[in-house]
Amino acid sequence: MIQQKIDMEATGQAYRQARQAVRRRVIVCAGTGCVANGSLKVYEALRQETEARGLEVVVKLGDDCDCKGDVFVSKSGCQGFCQAGPLVTIEPEDWLYVHVKPEDVADIVEQTLIHDRPVKRLVYVDPASHEAFEQTHEIPFYKRQQRVVLAECGNIDPEDIREYIARGGYAAAKRAFKEMQPEQVCEEVLASGLRGRGGGGFPTGRKWALTLPEPGEKKFVICNGDEGDPGAFMDRSLMEGNPHRVLEGIMIAARAIGADEAYVYVRAEYPLAVQRIRKAVADAEEAGILGEDVFDSGRNMTCQVMEGAGAFVCGEETALMASIEGLRGMPRPKPPFPAQSGLWGKPTVINNVETLATVPLIIAEGSGHYRRLGTAGSPGTKTFAVTGHVANTGLIEVPFGTTLREIIFEIGGGVIDNLGQVMPDGFKAVQIGGPSGGCLIAEHLDMPLDFDSVKGIGAMVGSGGLVVMNRDTCMVKIAHFFMRFTQNESCGKCVPCREGTKQMLWLLEDIMEGRATAQTLELLEELASAVQLGSLCGLGKTAPNPVLSTLRYFRSEYEAHIVQKRCPAGQCKALATPEILADRCKGCGACLRKCPVNAITGEKKMPHRIDAGTCIKCGTCAQVCRFDAIVGVN
Amino acid sequence: MCEKQNVACDCGLRKFEKVCRILDKYDRRPSKLVPILQEVQHEYRYLPEQVQAFIATSLGLSPARVFGVASFYANFALEPKGKYVIHICDGTACHVKGSERIKEALHKQLGLDDKKTTTSDMLFTVEAVSCLGACGLAPVMTINDEVHGQVTPAKAVELVNGIREREQAE
Ligand SMILES: Cc1cc2nc3c(=O)[nH]c(=O)nc-3n(C[C@H](O)[C@H](O)[C@H](O)COP(=O)(O)O)c2cc1C
Ligand code: SF4
Ligand code: SF4
Ligand code: FES
Ligand code: FES
Repeated sequence: MIQQKIDMEATGQAYRQARQAVRRRVIVCAGTGCVANGSLKVYEALRQETEARGLEVVVKLGDDCDCKGDVFVSKSGCQGFCQAGPLVTIEPEDWLYVHVKPEDVADIVEQTLIHDRPVKRLVYVDPASHEAFEQTHEIPFYKRQQRVVLAECGNIDPEDIREYIARGGYAAAKRAFKEMQPEQVCEEVLASGLRGRGGGGFPTGRKWALTLPEPGEKKFVICNGDEGDPGAFMDRSLMEGNPHRVLEGIMIAARAIGADEAYVYVRAEYPLAVQRIRKAVADAEEAGILGEDVFDSGRNMTCQVMEGAGAFVCGEETALMASIEGLRGMPRPKPPFPAQSGLWGKPTVINNVETLATVPLIIAEGSGHYRRLGTAGSPGTKTFAVTGHVANTGLIEVPFGTTLREIIFEIGGGVIDNLGQVMPDGFKAVQIGGPSGGCLIAEHLDMPLDFDSVKGIGAMVGSGGLVVMNRDTCMVKIAHFFMRFTQNESCGKCVPCREGTKQMLWLLEDIMEGRATAQTLELLEELASAVQLGSLCGLGKTAPNPVLSTLRYFRSEYEAHIVQKRCPAGQCKALATPEILADRCKGCGACLRKCPVNAITGEKKMPHRIDAGTCIKCGTCAQVCRFDAIVGVN
Repeated sequence: MCEKQNVACDCGLRKFEKVCRILDKYDRRPSKLVPILQEVQHEYRYLPEQVQAFIATSLGLSPARVFGVASFYANFALEPKGKYVIHICDGTACHVKGSERIKEALHKQLGLDDKKTTTSDMLFTVEAVSCLGACGLAPVMTINDEVHGQVTPAKAVELVNGIREREQAE
């Protein structure tokens, strides 16, 4: 079959010209978060309003349109600042509008597109300092970041392969196929020091170099887009926001090991990512970038997208391959490693989405350039999903070696209380690395974060979820939460993981519900090490981490539950003493009126009280109290 | 009739016509079992036992193998689900922001619990899932894939009440 191949040079040139002919670009974020908040309605309203006002509007730039005009309206993937969404960005000024609603569109068109002024009431105002910021790069959330892997995520139209090409996309893949030998590709990536972002931090170049010499015609590359860690969404954002970059990384990996077939495994909970990556593959096929005789190199390359079916353990590489083969997604013992015997017994390289999205950068700019960011042992940048009790939740990218303090307090805007107000001294801990990680505490705030430093204190960078917790969080409850997660997700193949996690969960329940004795902690620790040692795969091996790490730093909190039958954070229902905090209670009487058992007494405008003996801890009062004065009932 | 005439196909039974089409799309390859089950579930909204048996025969696999796969993955339903499937995220970010209370409120409103997840009128199914990947908007829930962020118990109840009213009006 002779395929009509796209001329990348000419396509890029035409796109750039078309772009220059348009005066201004309006980018509406169409990532999952902003779509959930109604950004597509904003997009439609923008298109209609611009046309109604007689502006010349372009919605798709390209080599076959004589686009020129006033505005180019486009959609992007996640811009990272989901909490402030829907977001609208105006180029070239770099103005950012937050919380945009369809009603705001008339003002945007009138003031910005017609009269070249920012709409002041739509710009971001820092909740702490009340300072207003017009331009994206001035906002503290963005200012401290270095977006390298995410650079174009949130700026470009993820569904337009021509824009990706116009920005230099697929040039690195072309170089790898045309100008480099597989060994050179492996060497360059090894020299960059890139370490896998899927959790383990294994050097990517080394993994490839191990697979390259394996005998056999058939080899596979798998892109692991399962992202099962609760609280993590960086892989999703990359697949939604810049799918071609991921695909280009896959192609380079295939070149490095001599594979001609690739799979992208995406979890089914990410329908938008599935759709965008499918479109990227189809567009690359149509352009002749994927297919036969890639870049006239004489080599072929195909890529298939497969949806996961909802099993966390399928993120584990051997389980993932079983799932592609149509089996139950259960891990198997290693060795043999996928490098020797992977998918259908063939040599296989499996890499994480972010790892692969980083690769084109290394080939394009060289390993030396890549190493300018990060630390010696962990070069480059890392994306983190910052969530929990923090003012600015969202997706960020910082060089390795950035401290937690910078991330939480400067980028994240500080710790918040349960009502969303900044709580200057409220920091308690941050859970890093999801269910396989551990927690970091105040004494780690100034430690430069990288693979080795985090590992050194018994935690894990993992995929990059950071869940910030304020001082009203009960650490036993958090440990229980992760234990329940891993227990639920255990595939059940090996006994230590299947039964051990269940027993650990019960012990934690005993502690939370006041049944624990002095032996409970001992037993818990003993079990934890048995599960760590005896489990087959990473799920079981790391399942005890959150328990061990909270035990290490918050042992007294466990002891309070066991010895004094008291939950210091007031979160464990069975142990909590219902109480109204006198300094917060305004005596409004809302709780008194709603309590079904009349357990509350008090005079108007005076602090109220709960009679602990009568209270049934239904939590009604805490829900109706607008001053957050009631503790110990939920 | 099957689209691919040349494939020996025992879909004399009209009700398996759609399944046949899906099987053919994947060339009846046993290795495509997971995507086949996914598409079939899309049609029936769950995987009836008969259909599983039919798929097994068509792919030359044992029914136990197909059942084994179908029961392993969380997204495969072996029981019919309601018209509106509500997923409440109980990932870390949503959990620390109170997702449990949302589930409790919906359970109370719809008369469900962790075991009985579908309403008797087959209108709603409520399930907790781990992380929907929109953690920035925690707590999050989805109704038939439509994402709702920063949900409160009251908002969740309002949403299901709205759906019920619309359904009753129709
Ligand atoms: C239980 C379990 C779940 C995992 N889930 C994921 C995942 O969702 N995404 C991912 O990239 N890696 C995951 N991994 C790690 C993979 O097995 C594998 O190491 C990784 O994809 C390799 O890619 P990298 O070298 O680019 O990091 C998981 C591992 C375990 C043990
Ligand atoms: S450790 Fe757990 S998840 Fe891993 S194989 Fe054993 S039972 Fe399955
Ligand atoms: S928790 Fe319920 S029973 Fe107890 S004081 Fe509050 S409203 Fe009354
Ligand atoms: S989805 Fe719009 S900023 Fe994340
Ligand atoms: S934790 Fe709820 S969406 Fe991620």
